[in-house]
Amino acid sequence: MFESSDLNIRNRQVEKLWRLAFLVMTVLLILPVLAILGVLVYKGGPAISIDFLLTEPKDGMTAGGVFPALIGTVWLVAVALLASVPVGVAAALYLSEYAPDNWLTRVINLAIINLAGVPSIVHALFGVGAFVLFFRFGTSILAASLTLAIMTLPVVIVATRESLQAVPLAFREACWNMGATRWQTIRKVVLPNSVSGILTGIILEVSRTAGETAPIMFTGAAFFLPFLPQSVFDQTMAMSLHLFVISTQVPGVPEALPYGVALVLIAMVLAMNAVSIGFRMYLRGKKKW
Amino acid sequence: MVEVRRSSTAHTGDVVSSSPVKLDVRNLSIYYGTRAALRDVTLDVRQNEIFGIIGPANSGKTSFLRALNRMDFFVPGMRVEGSIVLDGKEVQEWRNVYALRRRIGVVFPLPVGLPMSIYDNVALAPRLAGIKKKSRLDPIVERCLQRAALWDEVKDRLDSLGSLLSGGQQQRLTIARALSQEPDLLLLDEFSIAVDPVTTMRIEDVLKDLKQELTIVLVTNLVQQARRLADRTAFFLSGELVEIGDTAAIFDGQVSDDRTRAYVEGRFG
Repeated sequence: MFESSDLNIRNRQVEKLWRLAFLVMTVLLILPVLAILGVLVYKGGPAISIDFLLTEPKDGMTAGGVFPALIGTVWLVAVALLASVPVGVAAALYLSEYAPDNWLTRVINLAIINLAGVPSIVHALFGVGAFVLFFRFGTSILAASLTLAIMTLPVVIVATRESLQAVPLAFREACWNMGATRWQTIRKVVLPNSVSGILTGIILEVSRTAGETAPIMFTGAAFFLPFLPQSVFDQTMAMSLHLFVISTQVPGVPEALPYGVALVLIAMVLAMNAVSIGFRMYLRGKKKW
Repeated sequence: MVEVRRSSTAHTGDVVSSSPVKLDVRNLSIYYGTRAALRDVTLDVRQNEIFGIIGPANSGKTSFLRALNRMDFFVPGMRVEGSIVLDGKEVQEWRNVYALRRRIGVVFPLPVGLPMSIYDNVALAPRLAGIKKKSRLDPIVERCLQRAALWDEVKDRLDSLGSLLSGGQQQRLTIARALSQEPDLLLLDEFSIAVDPVTTMRIEDVLKDLKQELTIVLVTNLVQQARRLADRTAFFLSGELVEIGDTAAIFDGQVSDDRTRAYVEGRFG
């Protein structure tokens, strides 16, 4: 009674084939990640030690640790976040909660998409022109971080806007109908239910910012600077640029050193992502509707 | 074009026909862009009556409610023409639309339990209005939940999430929330769509009680619900007010338009 027709059988075979094809593609995706991590741990692992993390480079950067670069990256990321998060979240709130659907809004949205597509080296040159020269910040953490902030703004805006729009319109309408203003609605209903998504977006953003090289190269990061920065107007070393420098610009660097630097950088980024994933899981467990 | 019948013959209409006019709507038209959702509607709602609005989908019922509490303010492309007078004051001229909305409670078709505790759901409107002290909020929350026939079921778990209640409970929570803003006009938009029949009957009893204190506009796609609850009923069709009259008269067949009779008898809709 339930015998398969030829068409049934063929459909099932095609189904299996597609399933297999998608699975293979997914597994292929993991391979480069594993390969990169494997090589880094294998070749850079021996270079890692507490000393490596806590001392400055020595002997023309052919020995020693990464301490100034590590601290410099933290500075750059922190200042970039201080600039991009308030602006990005505010812009997303405006676009999602207030903006009327008119030509200006569409132009702004288009600008955000285009900003996201600008190559990082172009951001770097913009940073030199705008922050280093025009605003006279010089090559400094401030100039480099602002350049990073501009580069990461679109991602903050888009992530925030998506989190805001995931909050059902019915929640807002219920609140408006009670006589709440838009801001009261945002504060009482929209933000409490989107803050997890916003924070996740920001943390992912941090990990991207930490790895960028081009935007900070001309705006604030130094080749070699064995001191820690004292203020945002100082130059600083950074992990990403340090890696670039000892890999290509300095002769006689032992092979383990660049791999070690890369391992520390990627560990920083992965740790950030892990925090973000853990946070997201925690908040998803508390999902309220 | 629009046939308006103001019946004040016997039946239940007697009680309310003597009440003062709460809401006076004249030549109301509502457009979304260039499309008209409601055309030239004139009617009045009297104090302490349940005013039923029946009609099939897309007849303009919900748009009518939206216009009453000035939601056009939030809906892009929505345009309202004509006049809506609430308690003698034109709503389009209220400077403070927020104060206007606080006087008008709204219950939507699908229950909206906000993702916060049951207590916070009901305390939200008073808090928005500036009441902060728990000693003042507690009695408000209890009273509203009691009036919405939900208190007994949730009094031991006021801290649990409102959005995790069952559909029927959430709808009563929504009603409690609407009452917490102390409205004198309550708008219900097909409130029983996602509610089981038993809960629907409980809510209907609640509405009959509430009628003593406030005025209710009940939009429903259940003709029999209007028959059970409404003092007067208006029939909307494709954005047009076809007929308005005492509920008993309309369901008795005393109608002036054959479309009303056909709809009430369930021959289309």
